[in-house]
Amino acid sequence: MLEVKGVSKSFDGFMAVSRANLTVNKGEMVAVIGPNGAGKTTLFNLISGILKPDSGRIIYKGEDITFLSPYEIFRKGICRSFQIVNVFQRLTVFENVQLSVLSREKKTWNLLMPAKKFYVDETERILEQVGLKEKRDTVAGFLSHGEQKILEIAIALGGKPEFVILDEPTAGMSPEETVMCMELIKKLRHEMDLTILFCEHDMDVVFGYADRIMVMVRGETVIEGTCDEVRCDTLVQEAYLGVSDE
Amino acid sequence: MGKKGLIPIAFLLLLLFPFFLPRFYVYLSSLILIHGLLATSLNFVLGFGGMYQFHHCVFYGVGGYTTALLLTKTSLSPFLAFLAAPFASAILSILMGVICVRLSKLYFGMLQISLGSLVWAIVYRWYSFTGGDDGIHGIPIPHLLASTNSAYYFTLVITALSMFAMYRMLVSPFGKTLQGIRDNPVRCEMIGVNVKLHQLLALIIAGFFAGVAGMLFVIVDTTVFPEMLFWTLSLEVLIMCLVGGWFTFFGPLLGAAILIILRTIISTYTVYWALVLGVIMTLIIFFLPNGILGYIEEKLKRG
Ligand SMILES: Nc1ncnc2c1ncn2[C@@H]1O[C@H](COP(=O)(O)OP(=O)(O)OP(=O)(O)O)[C@@H](O)[C@H]1O
Ligand SMILES: [Mg+2]
Repeated sequence: MLEVKGVSKSFDGFMAVSRANLTVNKGEMVAVIGPNGAGKTTLFNLISGILKPDSGRIIYKGEDITFLSPYEIFRKGICRSFQIVNVFQRLTVFENVQLSVLSREKKTWNLLMPAKKFYVDETERILEQVGLKEKRDTVAGFLSHGEQKILEIAIALGGKPEFVILDEPTAGMSPEETVMCMELIKKLRHEMDLTILFCEHDMDVVFGYADRIMVMVRGETVIEGTCDEVRCDTLVQEAYLGVSDE
Repeated sequence: MGKKGLIPIAFLLLLLFPFFLPRFYVYLSSLILIHGLLATSLNFVLGFGGMYQFHHCVFYGVGGYTTALLLTKTSLSPFLAFLAAPFASAILSILMGVICVRLSKLYFGMLQISLGSLVWAIVYRWYSFTGGDDGIHGIPIPHLLASTNSAYYFTLVITALSMFAMYRMLVSPFGKTLQGIRDNPVRCEMIGVNVKLHQLLALIIAGFFAGVAGMLFVIVDTTVFPEMLFWTLSLEVLIMCLVGGWFTFFGPLLGAAILIILRTIISTYTVYWALVLGVIMTLIIFFLPNGILGYIEEKLKRG
Protein backbone atom coordinates (compact mmCIF):
# COMPACT_ATOMS: atom_id res chain seq x y z
CA MET A 1 0.00 0.00 0.00
CA LEU A 2 2.81 2.38 0.92
CA GLU A 3 6.31 2.19 -0.42
CA VAL A 4 9.19 4.37 0.67
CA LYS A 5 12.07 3.97 -1.75
CA GLY A 6 15.53 5.23 -0.90
CA VAL A 7 14.33 8.45 0.70
CA SER A 8 16.89 10.91 2.10
CA LYS A 9 16.55 14.18 3.95
CA SER A 10 19.31 16.34 5.35
CA PHE A 11 19.17 19.41 7.58
CA ASP A 12 22.14 21.70 6.91
CA GLY A 13 24.30 18.78 5.82
CA PHE A 14 23.14 16.52 8.65
CA MET A 15 21.54 13.38 7.23
CA ALA A 16 18.44 12.87 9.38
CA VAL A 17 17.07 10.23 7.01
CA SER A 18 19.33 8.55 4.51
CA ARG A 19 18.19 6.10 1.85
CA ALA A 20 15.41 4.76 4.03
CA ASN A 21 13.26 1.95 2.66
CA LEU A 22 9.93 0.80 3.96
CA THR A 23 6.99 -1.19 2.67
CA VAL A 24 3.61 -1.35 4.33
CA ASN A 25 0.99 -3.72 2.95
CA LYS A 26 -2.74 -3.22 3.25
CA GLY A 27 -4.08 -4.14 6.67
CA GLU A 28 -0.68 -4.42 8.27
CA MET A 29 0.53 -2.82 11.45
CA VAL A 30 4.16 -1.85 10.99
CA ALA A 31 6.47 -0.42 13.64
CA VAL A 32 9.51 1.76 13.10
CA ILE A 33 12.01 1.53 15.91
CA GLY A 34 15.33 3.16 16.54
CA PRO A 35 17.17 5.18 19.19
CA ASN A 36 16.42 8.84 19.89
CA GLY A 37 17.30 10.98 16.92
CA ALA A 38 17.27 8.04 14.53
CA GLY A 39 15.02 9.93 12.16
CA LYS A 40 11.66 8.29 12.81
CA THR A 41 9.71 11.50 13.16
CA THR A 42 11.51 12.95 10.15
CA LEU A 43 10.52 9.90 8.11
CA PHE A 44 6.88 10.33 9.16
CA ASN A 45 7.06 14.01 8.28
CA LEU A 46 8.33 13.07 4.84
CA ILE A 47 5.49 10.62 4.26
CA SER A 48 2.83 13.04 5.47
CA GLY A 49 4.17 15.85 3.32
CA ILE A 50 5.36 18.24 6.04
CA LEU A 51 8.89 17.82 4.69
CA LYS A 52 10.03 17.18 1.14
CA PRO A 53 12.78 14.62 0.62
CA ASP A 54 16.09 15.48 -1.07
CA SER A 55 15.94 12.25 -3.02
CA GLY A 56 13.88 9.08 -3.23
CA ARG A 57 10.22 8.35 -3.86
CA ILE A 58 7.15 7.71 -1.81
CA ILE A 59 4.45 5.66 -3.49
CA TYR A 60 0.94 5.25 -2.07
CA LYS A 61 -1.48 2.87 -3.81
CA GLY A 62 0.68 2.99 -6.89
CA GLU A 63 0.67 6.77 -7.03
CA ASP A 64 3.69 8.99 -6.46
CA ILE A 65 2.92 11.24 -3.48
CA THR A 66 6.48 12.40 -2.85
CA PHE A 67 5.84 16.07 -3.49
CA LEU A 68 2.21 16.45 -2.55
CA SER A 69 1.37 19.00 0.15
CA PRO A 70 0.18 17.86 3.59
CA TYR A 71 -3.47 18.54 2.89
CA GLU A 72 -3.42 16.69 -0.43
CA ILE A 73 -1.95 13.70 1.37
CA PHE A 74 -4.60 14.03 4.08
CA ARG A 75 -7.27 13.91 1.39
CA LYS A 76 -5.74 10.72 0.00
CA GLY A 77 -6.63 9.08 3.32
CA ILE A 78 -3.28 9.23 5.07
CA CYS A 79 -3.84 10.78 8.49
CA ARG A 80 -1.42 11.07 11.35
CA SER A 81 -1.00 11.85 15.01
CA PHE A 82 1.96 13.61 16.55
CA GLN A 83 4.60 12.68 19.08
CA ILE A 84 4.14 15.95 20.94
CA VAL A 85 0.50 16.68 21.69
CA ASN A 86 -0.81 18.72 18.83
CA VAL A 87 -4.51 19.36 19.45
CA PHE A 88 -6.67 22.50 19.40
CA GLN A 89 -6.23 23.64 22.99
CA ARG A 90 -9.15 26.04 23.29
CA LEU A 91 -11.71 24.03 21.36
CA THR A 92 -13.81 21.35 23.00
CA VAL A 93 -13.09 17.68 22.43
CA PHE A 94 -16.10 17.51 20.13
CA GLU A 95 -14.97 20.53 18.12
CA ASN A 96 -11.46 19.13 17.77
CA VAL A 97 -12.72 16.02 16.00
CA GLN A 98 -15.51 17.82 14.18
CA LEU A 99 -13.01 20.23 12.64
CA SER A 100 -11.19 17.33 11.08
CA VAL A 101 -14.44 16.01 9.61
CA LEU A 102 -15.49 19.47 8.40
CA SER A 103 -12.19 19.89 6.65
CA ARG A 104 -12.38 16.48 5.02
CA GLU A 105 -15.86 17.32 3.71
CA LYS A 106 -14.66 20.78 2.56
CA LYS A 107 -17.23 22.60 4.69
CA THR A 108 -14.83 25.02 6.38
CA TRP A 109 -15.95 27.94 4.21
CA ASN A 110 -19.53 27.81 5.41
CA LEU A 111 -20.19 31.10 7.20
CA LEU A 112 -23.90 31.06 7.69
CA MET A 113 -25.00 27.94 9.52
CA PRO A 114 -24.16 27.05 13.11
CA ALA A 115 -21.34 24.52 13.19
CA LYS A 116 -22.99 22.48 15.91
CA LYS A 117 -25.38 20.99 13.37
CA PHE A 118 -22.64 19.52 11.19
CA TYR A 119 -21.59 15.86 11.29
CA VAL A 120 -22.76 15.37 14.86
CA ASP A 121 -23.36 11.64 14.43
CA GLU A 122 -20.03 10.88 12.82
CA THR A 123 -18.08 12.97 15.33
CA GLU A 124 -19.86 11.39 18.27
CA ARG A 125 -19.27 7.94 16.86
CA ILE A 126 -15.53 8.60 16.69
CA LEU A 127 -15.54 9.93 20.25
CA GLU A 128 -17.39 6.83 21.36
CA GLN A 129 -14.91 4.56 19.60
CA VAL A 130 -11.92 6.13 21.31
CA GLY A 131 -13.71 6.42 24.65
CA LEU A 132 -13.83 10.19 24.93
CA LYS A 133 -17.61 10.50 24.78
CA GLU A 134 -17.91 11.60 28.40
CA LYS A 135 -15.45 14.41 27.74
CA ARG A 136 -17.38 15.67 24.73
CA ASP A 137 -17.70 19.26 25.94
CA THR A 138 -14.44 19.55 27.83
CA VAL A 139 -11.96 22.07 26.49
CA ALA A 140 -9.05 20.08 25.07
CA GLY A 141 -6.46 21.99 27.08
CA PHE A 142 -8.05 20.72 30.31
CA LEU A 143 -7.69 17.03 29.41
CA SER A 144 -5.00 14.88 30.99
CA HIS A 145 -1.93 14.16 28.92
CA GLY A 146 -3.12 10.63 28.18
CA GLU A 147 -6.52 11.88 27.05
CA GLN A 148 -4.91 14.45 24.80
CA LYS A 149 -2.86 11.73 23.13
CA ILE A 150 -6.11 9.80 22.49
CA LEU A 151 -7.76 12.95 21.15
CA GLU A 152 -4.73 13.27 18.91
CA ILE A 153 -5.67 9.92 17.35
CA ALA A 154 -9.36 10.86 17.20
CA ILE A 155 -8.51 13.94 15.12
CA ALA A 156 -6.65 11.72 12.70
CA LEU A 157 -9.69 9.43 12.48
CA GLY A 158 -11.86 12.41 11.53
CA GLY A 159 -10.16 12.32 8.15
CA LYS A 160 -11.73 8.90 7.46
CA PRO A 161 -8.28 7.43 6.91
CA GLU A 162 -7.28 4.17 5.38
CA PHE A 163 -3.71 4.65 6.43
CA VAL A 164 -2.82 5.99 9.86
CA ILE A 165 0.60 7.15 10.99
CA LEU A 166 1.04 7.30 14.76
CA ASP A 167 4.20 8.95 16.05
CA GLU A 168 4.80 7.48 19.51
CA PRO A 169 1.11 7.23 20.41
CA THR A 170 1.92 6.28 23.99
CA ALA A 171 4.69 8.82 24.66
CA GLY A 172 4.49 10.06 28.24
CA MET A 173 1.81 7.58 29.29
CA SER A 174 1.89 5.42 32.37
CA PRO A 175 2.30 1.65 31.78
CA GLU A 176 -1.43 1.12 32.36
CA GLU A 177 -2.35 3.91 29.99
CA THR A 178 0.06 2.51 27.42
CA VAL A 179 -1.66 -0.87 27.44
CA MET A 180 -5.07 0.76 27.19
CA CYS A 181 -3.95 2.95 24.33
CA MET A 182 -2.43 0.07 22.36
CA GLU A 183 -5.54 -2.05 22.89
CA LEU A 184 -7.58 0.85 21.61
CA ILE A 185 -5.41 1.13 18.51
CA LYS A 186 -5.77 -2.61 17.93
CA LYS A 187 -9.54 -2.36 18.26
CA LEU A 188 -9.75 0.63 15.91
CA ARG A 189 -7.58 -1.15 13.42
CA HIS A 190 -10.08 -3.97 13.12
CA GLU A 191 -13.22 -1.86 13.41
CA MET A 192 -12.15 0.67 10.81
CA ASP A 193 -10.04 -1.58 8.65
CA LEU A 194 -6.93 0.54 9.08
CA THR A 195 -3.39 0.11 7.92
CA ILE A 196 -1.10 1.45 10.62
CA LEU A 197 2.46 2.71 10.70
CA PHE A 198 3.72 3.67 14.14
CA CYS A 199 6.86 4.19 16.12
CA GLU A 200 7.42 3.39 19.72
CA HIS A 201 10.26 3.06 22.20
CA ASP A 202 8.77 0.37 24.39
CA MET A 203 10.00 -2.97 22.97
CA ASP A 204 7.26 -5.01 24.63
CA VAL A 205 4.66 -2.88 22.90
CA VAL A 206 6.43 -3.14 19.58
CA PHE A 207 6.84 -6.89 19.63
CA GLY A 208 3.39 -7.35 21.10
CA TYR A 209 1.45 -5.40 18.49
CA ALA A 210 3.41 -5.03 15.27
CA ASP A 211 3.14 -7.43 12.33
CA ARG A 212 6.44 -6.25 10.97
CA ILE A 213 9.23 -3.99 12.14
CA MET A 214 11.61 -1.60 10.46
CA VAL A 215 14.73 -0.66 12.39
CA MET A 216 16.30 2.72 11.81
CA VAL A 217 19.66 3.88 13.03
CA ARG A 218 21.16 7.22 12.11
CA GLY A 219 18.62 7.68 9.37
CA GLU A 220 19.30 4.38 7.64
CA THR A 221 17.14 1.30 7.39
CA VAL A 222 19.06 -1.40 9.20
CA ILE A 223 16.57 -4.19 8.71
CA GLU A 224 12.96 -4.67 7.76
CA GLY A 225 11.22 -7.88 8.70
CA THR A 226 8.89 -9.81 10.95
CA CYS A 227 9.24 -9.61 14.71
CA ASP A 228 11.20 -12.85 14.86
CA GLU A 229 13.56 -11.86 12.10
CA VAL A 230 14.28 -8.58 13.82
CA ARG A 231 14.69 -10.13 17.23
CA CYS A 232 17.25 -12.60 15.92
CA ASP A 233 19.25 -10.18 13.86
CA THR A 234 22.64 -9.68 15.46
CA LEU A 235 23.15 -6.36 13.76
CA VAL A 236 20.06 -4.99 15.43
CA GLN A 237 21.04 -6.32 18.80
CA GLU A 238 24.38 -4.62 18.55
CA ALA A 239 23.23 -1.44 16.93
CA TYR A 240 20.11 -0.84 18.90
CA LEU A 241 18.53 -3.30 21.26
CA GLY A 242 21.70 -3.98 23.21
CA VAL A 243 23.00 -0.44 23.34
CA SER A 244 19.94 1.67 23.90
CA ASP A 245 18.48 1.69 27.37
CA GLU A 246 15.01 2.38 26.08
CA MET B 1 -32.68 32.14 32.69
CA GLY B 2 -29.52 31.58 30.72
CA LYS B 3 -26.83 34.03 29.73
CA LYS B 4 -28.54 34.52 26.38
CA GLY B 5 -31.56 36.04 28.13
CA LEU B 6 -29.45 39.00 29.19
CA ILE B 7 -28.94 40.18 25.62
CA PRO B 8 -32.53 41.24 24.80
CA ILE B 9 -32.81 42.85 28.23
CA ALA B 10 -29.62 44.83 27.66
CA PHE B 11 -30.87 45.81 24.22
CA LEU B 12 -34.20 47.04 25.60
CA LEU B 13 -32.38 49.02 28.24
CA LEU B 14 -30.18 50.59 25.59
CA LEU B 15 -33.32 51.50 23.60
CA LEU B 16 -34.57 53.44 26.60
CA PHE B 17 -31.37 55.40 27.19
CA PRO B 18 -32.44 58.58 25.35
CA PHE B 19 -35.56 58.79 27.51
CA PHE B 20 -33.72 59.33 30.78
CA LEU B 21 -30.12 60.24 29.89
CA PRO B 22 -28.94 63.79 29.15
CA ARG B 23 -27.80 64.44 25.62
CA PHE B 24 -24.11 64.24 26.37
CA TYR B 25 -24.50 60.75 27.82
CA VAL B 26 -26.50 59.59 24.83
CA TYR B 27 -23.64 60.83 22.65
CA LEU B 28 -21.18 59.01 24.92
CA SER B 29 -23.24 55.82 24.63
CA SER B 30 -23.00 56.09 20.84
CA LEU B 31 -19.23 56.36 21.13
CA ILE B 32 -19.12 53.31 23.37
CA LEU B 33 -21.18 51.29 20.89
CA ILE B 34 -18.98 52.38 17.99
CA HIS B 35 -15.76 51.53 19.80
CA GLY B 36 -17.32 48.31 21.06
CA LEU B 37 -18.10 47.34 17.48
CA LEU B 38 -14.58 48.33 16.42
CA ALA B 39 -13.01 46.29 19.23
CA THR B 40 -15.26 43.31 18.48
CA SER B 41 -14.21 43.41 14.84
CA LEU B 42 -10.56 43.44 15.93
CA ASN B 43 -11.20 40.56 18.28
CA PHE B 44 -12.66 38.56 15.40
CA VAL B 45 -9.10 38.13 14.15
CA LEU B 46 -7.23 38.71 17.43
CA GLY B 47 -8.95 36.57 20.06
CA PHE B 48 -10.66 34.18 17.67
CA GLY B 49 -8.14 34.15 14.84
CA GLY B 50 -4.87 34.48 16.74
CA MET B 51 -3.66 37.18 14.35
CA TYR B 52 -1.89 40.16 15.85
CA GLN B 53 -3.62 42.88 13.90
CA PHE B 54 -1.88 45.67 15.82
CA HIS B 55 -3.05 48.50 13.59
CA HIS B 56 -6.70 47.69 13.22
CA CYS B 57 -8.14 51.20 13.33
CA VAL B 58 -6.77 51.91 9.85
CA PHE B 59 -9.89 50.20 8.56
CA TYR B 60 -12.03 52.27 10.90
CA GLY B 61 -10.43 55.48 9.65
CA VAL B 62 -10.70 54.51 6.01
CA GLY B 63 -14.38 53.68 6.52
CA GLY B 64 -14.96 57.05 8.15
CA TYR B 65 -13.07 58.99 5.49
CA THR B 66 -14.87 57.13 2.71
CA THR B 67 -18.25 58.20 4.03
CA ALA B 68 -17.03 61.71 4.82
CA LEU B 69 -15.48 62.29 1.41
CA LEU B 70 -18.47 60.92 -0.45
CA LEU B 71 -20.82 63.11 1.59
CA THR B 72 -18.78 66.29 1.16
CA LYS B 73 -17.28 65.94 -2.32
CA THR B 74 -19.97 64.15 -4.29
CA SER B 75 -23.69 64.40 -4.68
CA LEU B 76 -24.11 60.69 -4.19
CA SER B 77 -27.03 59.59 -2.08
CA PRO B 78 -26.02 59.47 1.62
CA PHE B 79 -27.25 55.91 1.75
CA LEU B 80 -24.57 54.92 -0.79
CA ALA B 81 -21.96 56.93 1.12
CA PHE B 82 -22.73 54.88 4.22
CA LEU B 83 -22.75 51.63 2.33
CA ALA B 84 -19.44 52.38 0.62
CA ALA B 85 -17.50 52.62 3.90
CA PRO B 86 -17.35 48.94 4.86
CA PHE B 87 -16.58 47.95 1.29
CA ALA B 88 -13.70 50.42 1.05
CA SER B 89 -12.33 49.02 4.31
CA ALA B 90 -12.78 45.48 3.09
CA ILE B 91 -10.87 46.24 -0.10
CA LEU B 92 -8.03 47.76 1.91
CA SER B 93 -8.13 44.60 4.07
CA ILE B 94 -7.66 42.47 0.99
CA LEU B 95 -4.65 44.52 -0.13
CA MET B 96 -2.99 44.57 3.28
CA GLY B 97 -4.07 41.05 4.12
CA VAL B 98 -2.57 39.50 1.01
CA ILE B 99 0.77 41.03 1.94
CA CYS B 100 0.70 40.45 5.72
CA VAL B 101 -0.84 37.00 5.89
CA ARG B 102 2.36 35.46 4.55
CA LEU B 103 3.96 36.19 7.90
CA SER B 104 2.87 34.86 11.24
CA LYS B 105 2.52 36.08 14.81
CA LEU B 106 4.62 39.12 15.69
CA TYR B 107 6.03 39.47 12.18
CA PHE B 108 2.51 39.75 10.89
CA GLY B 109 1.83 42.44 13.49
CA MET B 110 4.95 44.45 12.69
CA LEU B 111 4.29 44.46 8.96
CA GLN B 112 0.67 45.35 9.58
CA ILE B 113 1.68 48.33 11.73
CA SER B 114 4.08 49.53 9.04
CA LEU B 115 1.54 49.32 6.24
CA GLY B 116 -1.14 50.87 8.43
CA SER B 117 1.12 53.78 9.30
CA LEU B 118 1.68 54.29 5.61
CA VAL B 119 -2.06 54.70 5.11
CA TRP B 120 -2.15 57.13 8.02
CA ALA B 121 0.71 59.14 6.49
CA ILE B 122 -1.15 59.42 3.19
CA VAL B 123 -4.30 60.67 4.91
CA TYR B 124 -2.25 63.04 7.07
CA ARG B 125 -0.24 64.53 4.19
CA TRP B 126 -2.78 64.69 1.39
CA TYR B 127 -4.07 68.10 2.38
CA SER B 128 -6.07 68.92 -0.69
CA PHE B 129 -8.05 65.68 -0.57
CA THR B 130 -8.39 64.68 3.07
CA GLY B 131 -7.94 67.99 4.83
CA GLY B 132 -4.64 66.80 6.30
CA ASP B 133 -4.25 67.17 10.04
CA ASP B 134 -7.40 69.32 10.26
CA GLY B 135 -9.59 66.51 9.05
CA ILE B 136 -13.08 67.29 7.76
CA HIS B 137 -15.69 68.99 9.93
CA GLY B 138 -19.36 69.73 9.71
CA ILE B 139 -20.09 66.82 7.42
CA PRO B 140 -23.68 67.10 6.20
CA ILE B 141 -25.71 64.26 7.64
CA PRO B 142 -29.20 63.47 6.30
CA HIS B 143 -31.86 65.18 8.32
CA LEU B 144 -33.29 61.92 9.57
CA LEU B 145 -30.06 61.01 11.39
CA ALA B 146 -28.85 64.45 12.37
CA SER B 147 -30.11 64.63 15.97
CA THR B 148 -28.14 63.04 18.81
CA ASN B 149 -30.97 60.63 19.56
CA SER B 150 -31.59 59.46 16.03
CA ALA B 151 -27.85 59.02 15.47
CA TYR B 152 -27.79 56.97 18.65
CA TYR B 153 -30.65 54.73 17.53
CA PHE B 154 -29.09 54.22 14.13
CA THR B 155 -25.78 53.31 15.79
CA LEU B 156 -27.50 50.96 18.20
CA VAL B 157 -29.35 49.06 15.48
CA ILE B 158 -26.39 48.82 13.10
CA THR B 159 -24.04 47.78 15.91
CA ALA B 160 -26.46 45.12 17.11
CA LEU B 161 -26.90 43.74 13.59
CA SER B 162 -23.14 43.75 12.98
CA MET B 163 -22.42 42.03 16.27
CA PHE B 164 -25.07 39.43 15.51
CA ALA B 165 -23.56 38.79 12.10
CA MET B 166 -20.08 38.39 13.57
CA TYR B 167 -21.39 36.08 16.27
CA ARG B 168 -23.07 33.86 13.69
CA MET B 169 -19.86 33.69 11.70
CA LEU B 170 -17.85 32.71 14.76
CA VAL B 171 -20.08 29.75 15.55
CA SER B 172 -20.20 28.64 11.90
CA PRO B 173 -17.85 26.01 10.48
CA PHE B 174 -15.70 28.85 9.21
CA GLY B 175 -15.54 30.40 12.69
CA LYS B 176 -14.61 27.10 14.29
CA THR B 177 -11.94 26.58 11.67
CA LEU B 178 -10.60 30.04 12.39
CA GLN B 179 -10.35 29.18 16.08
CA GLY B 180 -8.63 25.95 15.17
CA ILE B 181 -6.09 27.93 13.17
CA ARG B 182 -5.57 30.20 16.16
CA ASP B 183 -4.85 27.21 18.40
CA ASN B 184 -2.70 25.26 16.02
CA PRO B 185 -2.08 26.40 12.45
CA VAL B 186 0.27 23.51 11.69
CA ARG B 187 -2.25 20.88 12.68
CA CYS B 188 -4.93 22.70 10.70
CA GLU B 189 -2.77 22.50 7.61
CA MET B 190 -2.32 18.79 8.31
CA ILE B 191 -6.05 18.11 8.36
CA GLY B 192 -6.44 19.79 5.02
CA VAL B 193 -7.31 23.40 5.85
CA ASN B 194 -5.89 26.13 3.64
CA VAL B 195 -4.75 28.27 6.56
CA LYS B 196 -3.69 31.45 4.75
CA LEU B 197 -6.90 31.74 2.73
CA HIS B 198 -9.08 31.32 5.81
CA GLN B 199 -7.01 33.94 7.61
CA LEU B 200 -7.41 36.31 4.69
CA LEU B 201 -11.20 35.97 4.69
CA ALA B 202 -11.23 36.61 8.45
CA LEU B 203 -9.17 39.77 7.95
CA ILE B 204 -11.58 40.97 5.27
CA ILE B 205 -14.57 40.41 7.56
CA ALA B 206 -12.83 42.22 10.43
CA GLY B 207 -11.93 45.13 8.16
CA PHE B 208 -15.48 45.29 6.85
CA PHE B 209 -16.99 45.74 10.31
CA ALA B 210 -14.30 48.22 11.33
CA GLY B 211 -15.46 50.18 8.30
CA VAL B 212 -19.04 50.02 9.58
CA ALA B 213 -17.82 51.50 12.88
CA GLY B 214 -15.99 54.28 11.02
CA MET B 215 -19.13 55.13 9.08
CA LEU B 216 -21.16 55.30 12.30
CA PHE B 217 -18.63 57.68 13.82
CA VAL B 218 -19.18 60.12 10.97
CA ILE B 219 -22.92 60.09 11.61
CA VAL B 220 -22.54 60.57 15.36
CA ASP B 221 -19.71 63.10 15.34
CA THR B 222 -20.00 64.70 11.85
CA THR B 223 -16.19 64.86 11.69
CA VAL B 224 -13.23 62.79 10.62
CA PHE B 225 -9.59 63.41 11.53
CA PRO B 226 -6.30 61.57 10.97
CA GLU B 227 -6.12 60.38 14.62
CA MET B 228 -8.88 57.93 13.65
CA LEU B 229 -6.20 55.89 11.96
CA PHE B 230 -3.23 56.72 14.15
CA TRP B 231 -1.56 53.80 15.91
CA THR B 232 -2.40 55.08 19.40
CA LEU B 233 -6.09 54.47 18.76
CA SER B 234 -5.25 50.97 17.55
CA LEU B 235 -3.43 50.40 20.81
CA GLU B 236 -6.42 51.63 22.78
CA VAL B 237 -8.75 49.30 20.88
CA LEU B 238 -6.34 46.44 21.51
CA ILE B 239 -6.43 47.25 25.21
CA MET B 240 -10.24 47.26 25.11
CA CYS B 241 -10.11 43.66 23.89
CA LEU B 242 -7.60 42.62 26.55
CA VAL B 243 -9.40 44.39 29.40
CA GLY B 244 -12.80 42.98 28.50
CA GLY B 245 -11.55 39.53 27.63
CA TRP B 246 -10.19 38.59 24.25
CA PHE B 247 -11.39 35.00 24.31
CA THR B 248 -14.99 36.08 24.91
CA PHE B 249 -17.43 37.53 22.43
CA PHE B 250 -18.71 40.46 24.49
CA GLY B 251 -15.43 41.20 26.23
CA PRO B 252 -14.28 43.86 23.75
CA LEU B 253 -17.61 45.71 24.03
CA LEU B 254 -17.28 45.69 27.81
CA GLY B 255 -13.67 46.86 27.50
CA ALA B 256 -14.77 49.71 25.24
CA ALA B 257 -17.38 50.81 27.77
CA ILE B 258 -14.90 50.72 30.63
CA LEU B 259 -12.17 52.60 28.80
CA ILE B 260 -14.39 55.30 27.36
CA ILE B 261 -16.18 55.93 30.65
CA LEU B 262 -12.87 56.04 32.50
CA ARG B 263 -11.34 58.38 29.96
CA THR B 264 -14.28 60.73 30.22
CA ILE B 265 -14.06 60.83 34.01
CA ILE B 266 -10.31 60.93 34.30
CA SER B 267 -9.65 63.55 31.66
CA THR B 268 -11.61 66.06 33.75
CA TYR B 269 -8.98 65.63 36.48
CA THR B 270 -5.73 65.00 34.66
CA VAL B 271 -4.16 65.11 31.22
CA TYR B 272 -2.20 61.91 31.86
CA TRP B 273 -4.78 59.56 30.32
CA ALA B 274 -2.05 57.53 28.61
CA LEU B 275 -0.41 56.95 31.98
CA VAL B 276 -3.66 55.74 33.52
CA LEU B 277 -4.21 53.51 30.52
CA GLY B 278 -0.75 52.01 31.00
CA VAL B 279 -1.46 51.26 34.66
CA ILE B 280 -4.82 49.62 33.84
CA MET B 281 -3.14 47.52 31.20
CA THR B 282 -0.41 46.36 33.57
CA LEU B 283 -2.90 45.46 36.29
CA ILE B 284 -5.04 43.48 33.87
CA ILE B 285 -2.11 41.54 32.47
CA PHE B 286 -0.94 40.61 35.94
CA PHE B 287 -4.22 39.86 37.64
CA LEU B 288 -6.73 39.03 34.90
CA PRO B 289 -4.80 37.71 31.91
CA ASN B 290 -8.07 36.60 30.28
CA GLY B 291 -9.74 39.95 30.88
CA ILE B 292 -12.75 40.78 33.03
CA LEU B 293 -15.36 38.79 31.16
CA GLY B 294 -12.93 35.92 30.71
CA TYR B 295 -12.47 35.86 34.48
CA ILE B 296 -16.21 35.89 35.11
CA GLU B 297 -16.83 33.10 32.62
CA GLU B 298 -14.15 31.00 34.26
CA LYS B 299 -15.75 31.55 37.67
CA LEU B 300 -19.18 30.60 36.35
CA LYS B 301 -17.86 27.42 34.77
CA ARG B 302 -16.06 26.34 37.89
CA GLY B 303 -19.24 27.06 39.84
N1 LIG C 1 13.81 20.63 11.42
C1 LIG C 1 15.01 20.12 11.76
N2 LIG C 1 16.14 20.85 11.61
C2 LIG C 1 17.34 20.34 11.94
N3 LIG C 1 17.54 19.12 12.44
C3 LIG C 1 16.45 18.35 12.62
C4 LIG C 1 15.14 18.80 12.30
N4 LIG C 1 14.26 17.81 12.58
C5 LIG C 1 14.99 16.80 13.07
N5 LIG C 1 16.31 17.10 13.09
C6 LIG C 1 17.39 16.22 13.51
O1 LIG C 1 17.25 15.03 12.80
C7 LIG C 1 17.52 13.91 13.65
C8 LIG C 1 16.37 12.97 13.60
O2 LIG C 1 15.28 13.55 14.31
P1 LIG C 1 13.90 12.82 14.51
O3 LIG C 1 13.04 13.74 15.26
O4 LIG C 1 13.40 12.36 13.20
O5 LIG C 1 14.29 11.59 15.41
P2 LIG C 1 13.36 10.53 16.10
O6 LIG C 1 13.82 9.20 15.64
O7 LIG C 1 11.93 10.84 15.90
O8 LIG C 1 13.76 10.71 17.61
P3 LIG C 1 12.86 10.55 18.93
O9 LIG C 1 12.87 9.10 19.26
O10 LIG C 1 13.59 11.35 19.95
O11 LIG C 1 11.52 11.09 18.64
C9 LIG C 1 17.82 14.46 15.03
O12 LIG C 1 19.21 14.46 15.22
C10 LIG C 1 17.28 15.86 14.98
O13 LIG C 1 18.08 16.71 15.77
MG1 LIG D 1 10.37 11.37 17.08
